[in-house]
Order: sequence, then C-alpha cells, then structure tokens
Amino acid sequence: MGLESALGEGYLTTRVDSLTNWARANAAWPMPMGLACCAIEMMAFAGPKYDAARFGSEVMRFSPRQSDVMIVAGWCTYKMSHAIRRIWDQMPDPKWCIAMGACASTGGMHRCYGVVQGVDNFLPVDTYISGCPPRPDAVLHALMKIQDKIKTEHSVMLDT
Amino acid sequence: MSLELSEPLQKVVDSLSEKFSDKLVDVYQSSGDTFIRIEADALHEICSYLKNDLHYVYLSDIIGTDRYTSEDRFEVIYNLLSLKDEARFFLKVWCEEENPELDSVADIWKGANWNEREVYDMFGIKFRNHPDFRRIFLPEDFDYFPLRKEFPLLGIPGSIELPNTTPDTD
Repeated sequence: MGLESALGEGYLTTRVDSLTNWARANAAWPMPMGLACCAIEMMAFAGPKYDAARFGSEVMRFSPRQSDVMIVAGWCTYKMSHAIRRIWDQMPDPKWCIAMGACASTGGMHRCYGVVQGVDNFLPVDTYISGCPPRPDAVLHALMKIQDKIKTEHSVMLDT
Repeated sequence: MSLELSEPLQKVVDSLSEKFSDKLVDVYQSSGDTFIRIEADALHEICSYLKNDLHYVYLSDIIGTDRYTSEDRFEVIYNLLSLKDEARFFLKVWCEEENPELDSVADIWKGANWNEREVYDMFGIKFRNHPDFRRIFLPEDFDYFPLRKEFPLLGIPGSIELPNTTPDTD
C-alpha cells in the first residue's frame, strides 16, 4: 500500500537535507495569530472546503511550542505587538511567518498612530499576502511558497 | 428658530432655566436631537440636579471634541438618558485650550469613570476629583493626546515602543 510496496525489495538514496526538508515542508503546523477579520478566512483555509490538510498544515496549534508557521491575520496594534513577539520567541526553530492581508503586511487602511504599519517592523516575515481579506486560496498559495522555501534550505549542518 | 421640545425635555429646559438661569448658555436642536450648553463651573451642580431631581439616571456616553477655535477650544458632551421619561438630550460644556479642566461627574454616575479617562487620554482634558485619574488606552509615559487636531495621523515616530527583536540581548 505504501512506499514499501512500490519499492519492493529495492532501495533509494537521498540526502539527509532533502529528507528533513521534505518532512518539514509537509508538516508545517500553523500558529494562528488571528487578530481581525482575516482570521475568518484563515479558518476557511483550515476547513474542509479549502483543506489545508492536503499540505500537512491542518493542525492549528494554539501552543507556540508545537508550531512552525505563524500566520499573522489582521491588524496589529503597538500594544498587541509585544504579545505577538513574545509568542514568536517561544516558537522553536526552525520557524516561518506569513503576514496575511493588507493590514498585517503594511498597516492597510489603518493608517493611524496606534497600529503598527506592517508586522515586519518586529517579525521576520517570509511571505506577504495581498488582499483585504485574502481568499483562502491565497493563504494556500503562501503556504506553498513557504514549502518551496523550506525545500531549498540547508537543514543539516556538520558540527566541525 | 423655535424649539419643538417633547414634554419631558421641555420640563428639563424649564427647570434648568428657572434654577440655573445664569448658567444656561444655549439650547438648540439639530437633526432631531436636543443640545443644552451650560457654563463649565456649574457642571457638577447641574449634573447632580439632573440625576437626583429629574431622574436622568443613565449617562450613555461622554464625548470630547476638538473644535480647533482660538477660544474655548475643547468641548465635552454628556449624552444623558432618562429611563422614566424615555427622553435623551446632550449636555455640553466648553473649556479652554490652556489647562483644560472640568469637574468629574464620576461620583454622580459611576460609569463616567472610564469615559472621563478616555476623554483625558485622547484630548488631555483633566477632570477634578476623579477617583482613578490616569490614561486608559495609551501607555502612561505617552506624551501626546492623539485626537487633538495638531497630532499627526501616523503618530510621532518612536513615541510608542515596539518589541525587542533581538531577545537574546538586552
């Protein structure tokens, strides 16, 4: 049924890097940082119609200790930024970040003194999604971009 | 313009002009609402009269306004509701740009506590005898009042702290 029946008595060769990246890319568990209306679209992204399970990202982990991808969905105030950064610092490496929607990417329509004009002011964002709010497809697209990025990373380093 | 006041509001205006004739500045109507402007020094006295004698027990909201005029720049609006008479009106006071200060009505309506703190937070209008007078939304060390007209839309850069992005260092 699985890989072993396809391989039969044979074997395959690969690099540890590729194997690790393949495993990581297909089990990127999101940390849902739902701050505003984008969070509703993020729920649709995880739900059965758009089905993030196809990409191994269906497990929304509400604990930062168990998650790999933080999806910042919504506008972020200066007050909230400290909480988000704290959660981000609690996530174990390696970790990735998606800025979902116009507000998380640039501040969006909230052009005012209380809202951080883009979460990249305090987070290392890997993927930005445009839209207000973006469709769940766009979140899937961002997730696939993250997967592509993971697959090009050097995961194993020789300790010399 | 002649006023078309409902019966309970007519009672309010009549009794205020009888008891506080020199403190009543203006009574007018706009978009179906009634506005009564009074002198700021009689605010506390008139408010306790409105609550205790005219049964305006519910203070719905307190609003601050920057009129951006050279005199009496700030305005504070009290949105008052009588549950008995089913009547609502707006009580207004003006105050100066230099050291704007009003009497707190938090001892009359307890709900005024946070509303007054919000007005202070956004406009810098101080309230005398307030039980817990400090900012409500913005950090205590924030130096500006953001809803004043001269405050820039995007704020003052660096005036609110962002988190430390290198947590392994101090």
